[in-house]
Amino acid sequence: MADKIGIYVCHCGSNIAGTIDVEEVARWAGKNIEGVVVSRDYKFMCSSLGQQMIEDDIKNEGLTGVVVGACSPHLHEKTFRNACKRAGLNPFLCQMTNLREHVSWVNSDKAAGTKKAKALIFAAAERVKRQKPLEPMEVEVNPATLVVGGGIAGLQATLELADAGYPVYLVEREPSIGGHMAQFDKTFPTLDCSACILTPKMSEVGQHENVTLLTYSELEEVSGSVGNFKVKIRKKARYVDEDKCTGCGICIEKCPRKVIDNAFEAGMGYRKAIYSPFPQAVPRIPVIDTENCTWFTRGKCRVCSKVCPTDAVDYDQKDETVELNVGNIIMATGWKLFDCKRIPQYGFGRLANVYTSMEFERLCNAAGPTSGKIVMRDGKTEPKSVAIVHCVGSRDVNFNPYCSAVCCMAALKFGHLVLEKTKAEVYSFYIDIRTPMKEYEEFYQRLLGEGMHFIRGKVAEVTDAARRPEEHGKLIVQAEDTLLGKQRRIPVDMVILMGGLEPQADAKELGLKCGISCSMAGWYTERHPKLDPVATMTDGVFVAGVCQGPKDIPAAVAQGAAAAARVAGMIAKGIVTIEPIVASIDEENCSGCRICNDLCPFNAIEYDEEKKVSRVITALCKGCGTCVAACPAGVITGAHFNNEQIFAEIDGILWDANPQAEVEIASV
Amino acid sequence: MSNENFDPIIVGFFCNWCSYRAADLAGSARIKYPSNVRIIRVMCSGRVDPTFVLKALADGADGVMIAGCHPGECHYINQNYKAMRRYEMLKHTLSAMGVEPERVRLVWASAAEGQQLAEAIDELVGDVRRLGPLHWLQNWDENGQRQKALDDIVKEHEEAMEVSA
Repeated sequence: MADKIGIYVCHCGSNIAGTIDVEEVARWAGKNIEGVVVSRDYKFMCSSLGQQMIEDDIKNEGLTGVVVGACSPHLHEKTFRNACKRAGLNPFLCQMTNLREHVSWVNSDKAAGTKKAKALIFAAAERVKRQKPLEPMEVEVNPATLVVGGGIAGLQATLELADAGYPVYLVEREPSIGGHMAQFDKTFPTLDCSACILTPKMSEVGQHENVTLLTYSELEEVSGSVGNFKVKIRKKARYVDEDKCTGCGICIEKCPRKVIDNAFEAGMGYRKAIYSPFPQAVPRIPVIDTENCTWFTRGKCRVCSKVCPTDAVDYDQKDETVELNVGNIIMATGWKLFDCKRIPQYGFGRLANVYTSMEFERLCNAAGPTSGKIVMRDGKTEPKSVAIVHCVGSRDVNFNPYCSAVCCMAALKFGHLVLEKTKAEVYSFYIDIRTPMKEYEEFYQRLLGEGMHFIRGKVAEVTDAARRPEEHGKLIVQAEDTLLGKQRRIPVDMVILMGGLEPQADAKELGLKCGISCSMAGWYTERHPKLDPVATMTDGVFVAGVCQGPKDIPAAVAQGAAAAARVAGMIAKGIVTIEPIVASIDEENCSGCRICNDLCPFNAIEYDEEKKVSRVITALCKGCGTCVAACPAGVITGAHFNNEQIFAEIDGILWDANPQAEVEIASV
Repeated sequence: MSNENFDPIIVGFFCNWCSYRAADLAGSARIKYPSNVRIIRVMCSGRVDPTFVLKALADGADGVMIAGCHPGECHYINQNYKAMRRYEMLKHTLSAMGVEPERVRLVWASAAEGQQLAEAIDELVGDVRRLGPLHWLQNWDENGQRQKALDDIVKEHEEAMEVSA
């Protein structure tokens, strides 16, 4: 079929016409480019009259391709594609070329601008002749959702969806849901008890008819794509039969083996070898820690099995892989505390009475190892003075450059708790106090009134080397007070290091499994930092909570709910449309070399062992085209960006560079 | 060959997400740069097949600019690293073919770096202007550099083959 191309050059008022002779470009294109049947210029192409002009030409002239030389396609590509669609031309047979942002606005020489505009129009015309009609694909959305992570963000997302009537699978790596919030004592700035507001949500999730809880489980593998993901979950062996166990806890009570609890109690307390992390755990089913259990290490004991009234202990239990089909995934994998040992001059791990913030949370928690009494490591002495060190591993180019967002408020909370429970003086060493959310600044003002001392300066060192008599037996915190402009040494009994928030150690690995990437700092990358902080670049995968960046509890809850709302919207609609700009492999000619397989970060290319060829999973392909460029046999085609189209574009864009090239084009 | 009046033609292959938008931003901010670079949009710098570059040079371009998202910021996770690898190999090939590798440049520009992109374009246009017209097909003679590059490749291969027992 002969090409019938329409060329439309926009003046954009004087934005384009000011430095490009648009009439000349349109006239020239009509005369010199083969296949062009109409070539017009117009004041504002994007106006309804301009669009109407294109629509009329498509209908009257039977155009097979449309070139619009106007602004950036990022601004108006949709506008002109829709105009074509209304007139019955496939929207992918419309090509925009950027005469405004890339030519007229960056150039003041009219002759040079006109020349460049001609080249861009020529390129677009050559390209559009080779463009193919494409149709977006539609897939059905499975109403089930996978939520990864049972912290407060994941719990909120789970409840929102479950309450809306949709099935949710909640996967949590620890034996109980609850996340870090379950470890906290009070929550700032209102000082509600963390457990009092969290545990009702936990039991609601545990008992919800639409929620399937998979605790002590890990996300192993994700395949498929938006609407139809297939996920594999590894349920780690608990050595306790979930169906038989009633959660009575007698096994825990009778277990003779005591172990330091480095997870939930942050090393401050003990648990048994068969344990539930905390009394309100959901589910109440304990797990056996095989590294410490006497039966697993020495082949003796079996006390738990003997005392269990329902015969639920099963030493032969194996890890189990569960396969699930879900339509969407919400990642709410949370964070880990900065390892304070990485800053040796602060003495954590070396000086007994230096604590991390998480240790202190457990120390002042009424359900913690000291029943909430603030005492030093000897277990009985109340501190007479406490120093709180801000920004440990945060806002520090040597560790993490970012602000961890929650530590200032947590430090104020600690200050309040120490002042309330003891007679100690509290010194806060800060760089800046950051209290930007609702009622946070008021809380800061309250602490100023309560008599907490604030010293503006980054701590240089925490040491037990006394220089003055009053420093003997104390920890000395040295910092430059930048408001006074002098060095200060404050002797204290206890030091709390406000460790920053860091991404989970395996966040990157887990992200790759579902095709989402991490920022430089390791937080999951959202689709847009302002306008879409919940979705990711992989359709159907959403992020919530601290895994996307440091935030406090209200923000994590809001993001969890937002992610759920997005998922609910997709389920309610029932179908998703997928962009047709994807790669495809000509299986007849594929040599099966598998070079493309490893190039795809979205796992969109599978290898057919039987036929010995590679195949693109269309729904997973994002259309970057890297595999197309890499295929040594040239049998991968990138829709809308195939070699023929780009070669034609190169030919066209260089129409004036080489007389030979011009001849070649004419003969195509 | 250097010529002050010589007006080179440079083809740009810009990724849709960062660099093309950086060029849009340069426009919106009315930053002026030479009109010698003509931009072709690709979805990702990873889409840039080295043959695109060779074809552009053979068709009469005097230089090529490939632009993508900064390492670690790729819209497609890490495909710009693949562009980087290809670029390094391409430079070898170009010198073996008698083309100064300085004519082809890979740059990173985020969507916020209109100014930086304009500066990179300025620099490349200046460098290509100093190198003079390429006229690759017509200029296919031995120029010494080409022979040296070919010899270097042979030498590199020989060294690589010498695996000690």
